[in-house]
Amino acid sequence: MSRQASRFDTKKVNAEFLTLTYGALVTQMLRDFENIEDVNKQLERIGYNMGMRLIEDFLARTSAPRCLEMRETADRIQQAFRIYLNVQPTISNWSASSDEFSLVFETNPLTEFVELPTDLTNLRYSSILSGCIRGALEMVQLDVQCWFAQDQLKGDNVTELRIKFVRRLEDAIPAGED
Amino acid sequence: MIIYGVYIVSKSGGLIYNLDSNVPKIEQERSFTYPIDLMLDYDPKKVSVVFNRKDGINVGHVLTAVNGMPVNGNTLEDGRDVKTTLENSENYPVNLKFCRPKLTTNEKIVQASTFYPLYAFASQLSPEPKSSGIETLEADTFTLHCFQTLTGVKFIIISETGLSGMDMLLRKIYELYSDYVLKNPFYALEMPIRCELFENKLKSLLDMVEKTGINNLDK
Repeated sequence: MSRQASRFDTKKVNAEFLTLTYGALVTQMLRDFENIEDVNKQLERIGYNMGMRLIEDFLARTSAPRCLEMRETADRIQQAFRIYLNVQPTISNWSASSDEFSLVFETNPLTEFVELPTDLTNLRYSSILSGCIRGALEMVQLDVQCWFAQDQLKGDNVTELRIKFVRRLEDAIPAGED
Repeated sequence: MIIYGVYIVSKSGGLIYNLDSNVPKIEQERSFTYPIDLMLDYDPKKVSVVFNRKDGINVGHVLTAVNGMPVNGNTLEDGRDVKTTLENSENYPVNLKFCRPKLTTNEKIVQASTFYPLYAFASQLSPEPKSSGIETLEADTFTLHCFQTLTGVKFIIISETGLSGMDMLLRKIYELYSDYVLKNPFYALEMPIRCELFENKLKSLLDMVEKTGINNLDK
């Protein structure tokens, strides 16, 4: 069977392995694309495609029900970070209308051994994360915007990922779910 | 604990995977003398029995071979027409092989896409708001269990009647799908699943469930 023992005790892999592999990917892309904006866009796109698949894994493992408010969604995203990256971001900075919040990371496993060279200040190194969140939520019919408000790589104290609800994709909600 | 088949229907209603398991193959071969005492229907697509069942050859069974020669539609492999062959008394005695008709892939695809609106229809018919669609559908020879994920993929199991715990098995199949199909970089979303690993894991899961029951499913 694919999963022995407890549900979350799946095959574990050293976080450094992920960090370094991701670093290699970014480096290769910087080599392949002249333009840093293109790299940002590609990373985001890769994340988006990952998110679309990863959401099924998340749902299959947690059997989470559909979210009906943004606060639930925030909790689920937090849980997902715990499962997949073993970090626990804090949820904060709710907007008054409860449609926008921040995930604050004390540490970001993707940037563990990374320093940004001065000529790459435009690079959004971890934008795979924002793409991933966007892709995953789109598969459960939530359209969101996701961007980095603060980044430790750029000298901020913490990394802050801002998530804003845009709309529910009503047409895409499967029958029997709406 | 018999499971006859597993189907996966994509978000847009297309059949992306199906597995037949354990469907008993009923095949009967008999020798016939002139005139043949079965009422046959000579459809261009198949020759089937319409009346007078005998010796396990039942109404609805389809002719698959004449004297060991396979039948395609209503012609024999060597080009002769089945009807004229069977009506000619010189050809007797003749050995005819009948079997239960099997669904072609096309027919399965049509059925999967027929189930899709039925499911939606059921949720709209509901007297209570916010109802799900069909979760189980019972017939006298089988039960259909359906599980729809939040993303809209449907997992369907056709099993014998009176089984419980099928929802656990469906979730398990969902896990296999998310592990072995979606993590396969060569699989394009919404396309038919051709992943050998997935198929093997699914088969061993079904084998295990059939042998030892649903309760031994490790969560």
